[in-house]
Amino acid sequence: MGRLLTVDENGLYCKQGDFYIDPWKPVKTALISHGHSDHMRWGMQHYICHHHTLPILKLRLGTENSSQGVAYGEVFEINGVKISFHPAGHIIGSAQIRLEFQDEVWLFTGDYKIAKDGVSTPYELVKCDHFITESTFGLPIYHFPPPELIYQDINSWWRQNADEGYNTVLLAYSLGKSQNILAHIDPSIGEVYLHGAVANTNNALAEIGYHFPGKYISPDIDRSALRSALIVAPPSASDTPWLRKLKPYRIAMCSGWMQLRGARRRKGVDRGFALSDHCDWDQLNQAIRQTGAKHVYVTHGYESIFSKWVTNHFGIPASILKTVYNDEEEESEL
Amino acid sequence: MRKFVELIEAIDSTTKTNQKVDAILRYLQIAGEEDKVFAIAILTGNKPRRPIKTTDLRVWASEMSDTPLWLLEECYYVVGDLAETITLTIPPSMPQKDFSLKGVFEDIIILRTDQPAVQKLKVLSYWSALSGSSLFVFNKFLTGNFRVGVSKKLVVKAIAKYLNYDEAVIEHRLMGKWNPFEETMGTLFAEEHLEGKHFLPYPFYLAYALEGNPRELGDLTDWILEAKLDGIRGQLIVREDEIFVWSRGEDLMNEKFVEFLPLKDILPNGTVLDGEIIPWKNDRPLDFQLMQTRIGRKNLSKKILEDIPLVMICYDVLEWQGNDIRDWPLAKRRQLLMEILATYPVNGVLLLSEEKIFNNWEEAELYRNQARQYFSEGLMIKNRNSPYEVGRKRGKWWKWKTDAMTIDGVLIYAQSGHGRRANLFTDYTFAVWDNGALVPFTKAYSGLTDKELITIDNWIKRNTIDKFGPVRSVKPELVFELAFEGINLSSRHKSGVALRFPRIVRWRRDKPALEANTKEDLLHLINAKHESTR
Repeated sequence: MGRLLTVDENGLYCKQGDFYIDPWKPVKTALISHGHSDHMRWGMQHYICHHHTLPILKLRLGTENSSQGVAYGEVFEINGVKISFHPAGHIIGSAQIRLEFQDEVWLFTGDYKIAKDGVSTPYELVKCDHFITESTFGLPIYHFPPPELIYQDINSWWRQNADEGYNTVLLAYSLGKSQNILAHIDPSIGEVYLHGAVANTNNALAEIGYHFPGKYISPDIDRSALRSALIVAPPSASDTPWLRKLKPYRIAMCSGWMQLRGARRRKGVDRGFALSDHCDWDQLNQAIRQTGAKHVYVTHGYESIFSKWVTNHFGIPASILKTVYNDEEEESEL
Repeated sequence: MRKFVELIEAIDSTTKTNQKVDAILRYLQIAGEEDKVFAIAILTGNKPRRPIKTTDLRVWASEMSDTPLWLLEECYYVVGDLAETITLTIPPSMPQKDFSLKGVFEDIIILRTDQPAVQKLKVLSYWSALSGSSLFVFNKFLTGNFRVGVSKKLVVKAIAKYLNYDEAVIEHRLMGKWNPFEETMGTLFAEEHLEGKHFLPYPFYLAYALEGNPRELGDLTDWILEAKLDGIRGQLIVREDEIFVWSRGEDLMNEKFVEFLPLKDILPNGTVLDGEIIPWKNDRPLDFQLMQTRIGRKNLSKKILEDIPLVMICYDVLEWQGNDIRDWPLAKRRQLLMEILATYPVNGVLLLSEEKIFNNWEEAELYRNQARQYFSEGLMIKNRNSPYEVGRKRGKWWKWKTDAMTIDGVLIYAQSGHGRRANLFTDYTFAVWDNGALVPFTKAYSGLTDKELITIDNWIKRNTIDKFGPVRSVKPELVFELAFEGINLSSRHKSGVALRFPRIVRWRRDKPALEANTKEDLLHLINAKHESTR
């Protein structure tokens, strides 16, 4: 019997159920782990995702395609393959996708993190035989501080900047990290403003009951009049005329990469907060230990290094699964 | 050490030089007197030699963090800095106490002479007592250069502000390799101790590159033009019956440049000359590459002294009979220089940098364009009335270099860079065509914008053919124009040629790989150069 999941030119394919998971080319049926653009692409005839990913789907891809939302833990079948979605703790609506067929369990984690961000449904441990994991931060140099500490740092930095009359610009992925930050900032410090990409995402999430502070900086707002405010914008806004109007400001990047000095300096930002929606080294290892997997497949990130580590250290055969998912965490935002 | 670490953090968290200077100034205002001396030493690159082999550090870090050595190596390739890699990998500890900068310095100096087992014990005890930035800073002390994004100039600026002195005075006093254990803030910066530093050179006056049209400089007769030679800028000092030869990098070169040492009995005390030290034989310069070879040798054998003798082509005199004459006009200093070289038997070791006489700028330009034929890199253009200033100043001294040689090469290997360029493929190897195959001929690192680097990094990740450790071979598709200052046959390089100071001029998006240059083109460049010397 062949493997339940294989990679072909369209994406991760389940032959038994004739469906794809997070495909990168248009296919008939696509199970979607979460709403980031490298996992949820345009052109599928039918999308199946968690309920809370539906508004993102609508926002980012329009509504012309048929889509179906499922709840965490709800089991459904396609041609004998039992499918269920489980919280991945990555962003709102993110899911690990569990497939069961003839007593064999496969788990595709998409992007995930064990650390709790205080917004998305926390990661759920799912036992499996075949474990497909990302490896974005799959090196022992990545140890992220607890998110609470980072939120504290962000607040005290904002307070200091505000006291000195500077605006505070935080660059963060518009879906996921922006909401995590907005949910944890101290609104007593000053006014909170949002770049359009963040505001649109918040509006979409409001439809399903998520509400975050912050006001959209519409074109009629005089940006040069803002003082001591907090502005949340996607990384693509850095070095744009839009940003320059917000002077005087201090700017920080929020990303796991900020743990490295070189990456921080290359970004040319004043501060780097190692806030990530991915697993760090310890979390990745914890997941592998606890799932009880007998086979590990490593995707986007340091896949060759991490699979070698898993094979050597855990004695679990690990191999590379070549996908086209983004391993940059921040760079790909459209 | 805590305050110093906070200073490093402050420097690290800004890209603006003013804020960096302010951070150093704040540190000087609050730090202990003793620590300040060491902080200044460290920030200006005056740090003890590396006490421990980096391979040992790797092994210890691997043991302490339970990380296999191969994995630690992979991490190092990503981080691009061993000190930071170790800091991020070893288990975090609870910081217990603060150390004095001097104490840490002392330990590091003693470490060098310790047995490996003792070294390990000491380093591990520091590793378990430090965390975060403190640990990083300590590891930076142990490994290579301590570069933290401040130039010596910024440190000088901050000290000048702090002590309310002229920057030039501070710069002068911080020259050379002084020993922080023998100095205090008082001895370093007090007026009365200035005389004690007879070995110190003056800060070099550096010329800016002339980018525009030289005609904008006005009347040619206002300027003294000299050949720009390719050597090592040096200052020769005779004071108190001693001689010192300093390079522009502020290294004392007495041991390497032995032919100048007898001059201490020939030139009078209180003499300081400025010039270019170059290899010279049979009345003409030798290739700069040869000088590099000579500097690299630990022992100067008789043969090498005969094969590659050095001279100094003198172009300025800064001190005469113990008087600082840097504020004299250049023409007057030159006149004196000529007299000195004619009066004292300097044995052909000191030569005068001849003034090049041209009738007009067009003639000068002609010389510049053919400069390589005259073993020079172009022209120096100095105002006749210019004083000898401090550092790189615009306006009175210009260098007008001949255009670099260029060649189009195909990118075939890439490796991630270090420091700011870590985790980004920025170190490239280029190839030229040789009978239908691509042969690598040079590496180059600099010349592209950050934006281009990121684009190319992405391309490399998508077009990797093979990986060898940190190196990736990529599809031979991208073409770059490379410039370099010199080219020579070399038995050490696969392609048989060696380039001097190669850098990337631009990405030739318009050129397919097939149209890149060939090895034959490189050999032509070498031949053309050698023909001109016959």
